Amino acid sequence: MSLTLPQVRRVAQLARIEISDAEAETTLGHLNGIFTLIEAMQAVDTQGIEPMAHAQDVAQRLRDDRVSEDDCREAMQAIAPETEAGLYLVPKVIE
Amino acid sequence: MIGKTLKELGKALTEKKISSVELTQLHLDRIARLNPEINAFITVDAQKSLAQARAADARLAAGNAGPLTGIPIAQKDIFCAQGWLTTCGSKMLGNFVSPYDATVITKFDVAGAVNLGKTNMDEFAMGSSNETSHFGAVKNPWDVKRVPGGSSGGSAAAVASLMAPAATGTDTGGSIRQPAALCNLTGLKPTYGVVSRWGMIAFASSLDQAGPMARTAEDCGLMLNAMAGFDEKDSTSLERSAEDYLRDLEKPLAGLKIGLPKEFFGEGCDAGVMACVQDAIAEYRKLGAETVEISLPNMQHGVAAYYVIAPAEASSNLSRFDGVRYGYRAPEYGDLADMYQKSRAQGFGAEVKRRILIGTYVLSHGYYDAYYLQAQRIRRLIAQDFVDAFRHCDVIMGPTSPCTAFGLGEKSADPVQMYLSDIYTIAVNLAGLPGMSVPCGFSAGLPVGLQLIGDYFAEARLLNMAHRYQQATDWHLKSPKE
Repeated sequence: MSLTLPQVRRVAQLARIEISDAEAETTLGHLNGIFTLIEAMQAVDTQGIEPMAHAQDVAQRLRDDRVSEDDCREAMQAIAPETEAGLYLVPKVIE
Repeated sequence: MIGKTLKELGKALTEKKISSVELTQLHLDRIARLNPEINAFITVDAQKSLAQARAADARLAAGNAGPLTGIPIAQKDIFCAQGWLTTCGSKMLGNFVSPYDATVITKFDVAGAVNLGKTNMDEFAMGSSNETSHFGAVKNPWDVKRVPGGSSGGSAAAVASLMAPAATGTDTGGSIRQPAALCNLTGLKPTYGVVSRWGMIAFASSLDQAGPMARTAEDCGLMLNAMAGFDEKDSTSLERSAEDYLRDLEKPLAGLKIGLPKEFFGEGCDAGVMACVQDAIAEYRKLGAETVEISLPNMQHGVAAYYVIAPAEASSNLSRFDGVRYGYRAPEYGDLADMYQKSRAQGFGAEVKRRILIGTYVLSHGYYDAYYLQAQRIRRLIAQDFVDAFRHCDVIMGPTSPCTAFGLGEKSADPVQMYLSDIYTIAVNLAGLPGMSVPCGFSAGLPVGLQLIGDYFAEARLLNMAHRYQQATDWHLKSPKE
């Protein structure tokens, strides 16, 4: 299979990564090389094989729903690009 | 004191032959001298390191020191360390001073080790040459025109050039073992779930595992004793009782069965590398081990499955970098979507973007079954191959890397060539098994690594096998000329 330029742009948009026309061209070449490598996988007969999502067959651990951390808002917001009055600032979403 | 093992340094410290402050300063001086060329460290903070060294000296004086108390250890810049710049090799985190400690950092702190600095790495651990770092390529101390391997290339180069007695690494597809092989170190990737991933910046969560990089197997065991253990903060940490990974170190190897997968000994491996690996296997026979040919028939599909699974997980993990809560935000943008897109476009490097795009694609509607599920089914076939193989042998051996250290820039233009550097290591991560690389000779003056793969939780056995080999050989003690 081969990807197309519009597919590369679409995937970049889904991934929220701005991509220039020149970058899209280079990326297309690289991705097609990588997918040639990946395609070999399609020849493997995996009928009836359970997908393996994880290295260990253990159940997800559950924990009690209780407060486990101290208030660390100040420390966490000290490293944010832009905050005000304890809130994270982003461009206006709703007029 | 430069070039001593952790074991020797621990002894010197408890016998008061040197203080931790002196030892730390010696290494800081060496870093100041050598790092400008090697570029193994992204951050060095002498004040912070020396403050830890003073605290360690107080512990040593009070007589409550452990085996690592006072020993400087370099930390891969993937581990969050409170108050330290923690970049993960990326411009995206170029200004990220961590507000908290990774569990691995806490554990070394509790052990009294000194954080010697944060080591360079491929951006978000995505690479096999340490050339994708935003902070510049790392040079291999054995030949500065060559790569140290990756992604833990800074850690490998720091230890190989004796700037650090040991370092931490992480291994998602070979990132501890391959740089260890290319820099003549002993490196161990533990069984998935043995070392906590809390505070270790995520690449592919079902594959990532931290481990030690040092000069001897014994030192790796000392470090693993400090690093391993159940952590409730990591949802995939395994609830197992603590173990002493050094307990079997001296066991004789007589009667042990070494499995040699024919897939590791076919075409595709450099002849000089193969000659060293064969010599090492002959040495193991001399030590009393038996060899048996085995097969891992699905290993050949490992690289393909990995480059679906790892990017898929990465595309999800790296969606957190949005320029809102921490990390890089583009200086100019329009609306919210534009802020995301520009921050991510400017903050991530080319290889990271490439993998996010692969991951986004294979997880998208219409492709999920064909790629992601198929890769996960192959992952099970590969894991099952190992289960079958361990019915016939105790440990598996082969080369760590198909070649010795390659030239800077030699493979960076072609991602596929770079990906194939991990052809012998990737299957171990897919299965979640422990693996090691052990120095086993030189080809044209460059180090070669022997890979040891164990069954689940066989770390003590692997360390035993590596240690006995290191008692009989001295490859691991060789250092590059300055």
